Amino acid sequence: MYYLANPNRFLRLSGTVLPWCAGATVLLLIAGLALGLFVAPPDYRQGESVRIMYVHVPAAWMALLVYSSMAAASAVALIWKHPLADLTAKAAAPIGACFTFIALATGALWGQPIWNTWWVWDARLTSMLILFFLYLGYIALSNAFEDPARGARAAAILALVGFVNVPIIKFSVDWWTTLHQPASVIKIGTPSIHASMLVPLFLMALAFTGYFLTVLILRLRSEILARKIRSIQLARVQG
Amino acid sequence: MKRFFLIVRRDLRLALRQGADSMLVVAFFVLTAILFPLGVGPDPAVLARISAGVIWVTALLASMLSLERLFQADYEDGNLDLLGLAPTPMIAVVLAKCLAHWLTTGLPLMVAAPILALLLNMSAGGLATLMLAMVLGTPVLTLIGAIGAALILGARRGGVLLSLLILPLYIPVLVFGVGAVEAAVAETGARPHLQILAGLLLAALALGPWAATAALRQALE
Repeated sequence: MYYLANPNRFLRLSGTVLPWCAGATVLLLIAGLALGLFVAPPDYRQGESVRIMYVHVPAAWMALLVYSSMAAASAVALIWKHPLADLTAKAAAPIGACFTFIALATGALWGQPIWNTWWVWDARLTSMLILFFLYLGYIALSNAFEDPARGARAAAILALVGFVNVPIIKFSVDWWTTLHQPASVIKIGTPSIHASMLVPLFLMALAFTGYFLTVLILRLRSEILARKIRSIQLARVQG
Repeated sequence: MKRFFLIVRRDLRLALRQGADSMLVVAFFVLTAILFPLGVGPDPAVLARISAGVIWVTALLASMLSLERLFQADYEDGNLDLLGLAPTPMIAVVLAKCLAHWLTTGLPLMVAAPILALLLNMSAGGLATLMLAMVLGTPVLTLIGAIGAALILGARRGGVLLSLLILPLYIPVLVFGVGAVEAAVAETGARPHLQILAGLLLAALALGPWAATAALRQALE
């Protein structure tokens, strides 16, 4: 863990990882979209609109994964004062907020033809909306202080407090009887989805993970460079 | 333990001498609740249907408005630094301040709630459950709010920020608080809702002060 604590070492390593990561993302995205949009069969009840699932489900998974990794990075930052963990959590937040928004928006588009409504106040939809506001609160809090280090510490505590929402979202469909269907892929036993739909779904999930990593590395690098520029400018002003 | 009660007494005395704060919170609570009959129309059936939700939502907002004074004044005049240096554990300070805050906001809100229940045409059974639910729920609001109040110390536009941080976390209290009253009115049994509220209170009591202490420590660093 301390190997990457040196920003220069991180810049060098991430520079070599970044093109591979970006390339893999593009390939996976093309393969996943092609399989999901053209090869996979339409659902016998939902028809073609089932294809929204290939964006909706991975985006919802990513929304939870990004928040969990933010909480983990915040814990590392608070406990070990790791210099890059703060930056990682802060850089991940807007990406996670975007994934949450995509999950909510595509869910609404899917719900209109299938459930006949854009929105219902069911447990999973509501808890995802809360997650979206937790992301916004995190971003607002980390930008609310004159001293960015202070903002990062305060936001780290908030990220850990907000983590209680993640298990609630995951299990909301099991605890409450809701309109949203229960988990059909990540569960005990075999998934209740046919392989022709499962393969593009996993390809899309991998592509979204790759996209997250690529953008995260890009944001981290630009943040480190921005800090370097600032300290150079400060040194020049102080002469 | 003695120091704990000294802090509680100090905060209570400050709140009582300044006086207006507590009254303002109750006035806000009553006034916003009165807006609803004017907004949705005075039909008794409609009012009875929405009364539980209206009372809980306005109680949530009123208790949130009062959170800023939980640590802000002590932070600005430096008292919080002294409390941080004192031999009393910081978590005890946080708990004492939460207790004083609940006595000066949660309790007055509960006193005012029956009047609103009357105005909003809530049934007697619903009112009894509402009071029980508020006994369990309002301390949770204070304990969760303390985390937010500690996090925004020294931030720009703290008040607006506080609502963005705290309201999402208040939602469970709202859901089960309203659920208890509606179950009591429909006579389907409010017990499970009240038990979940009690569970929320225990969890908030165990984790809230701890998180608020961490937030205060980083604010004082």
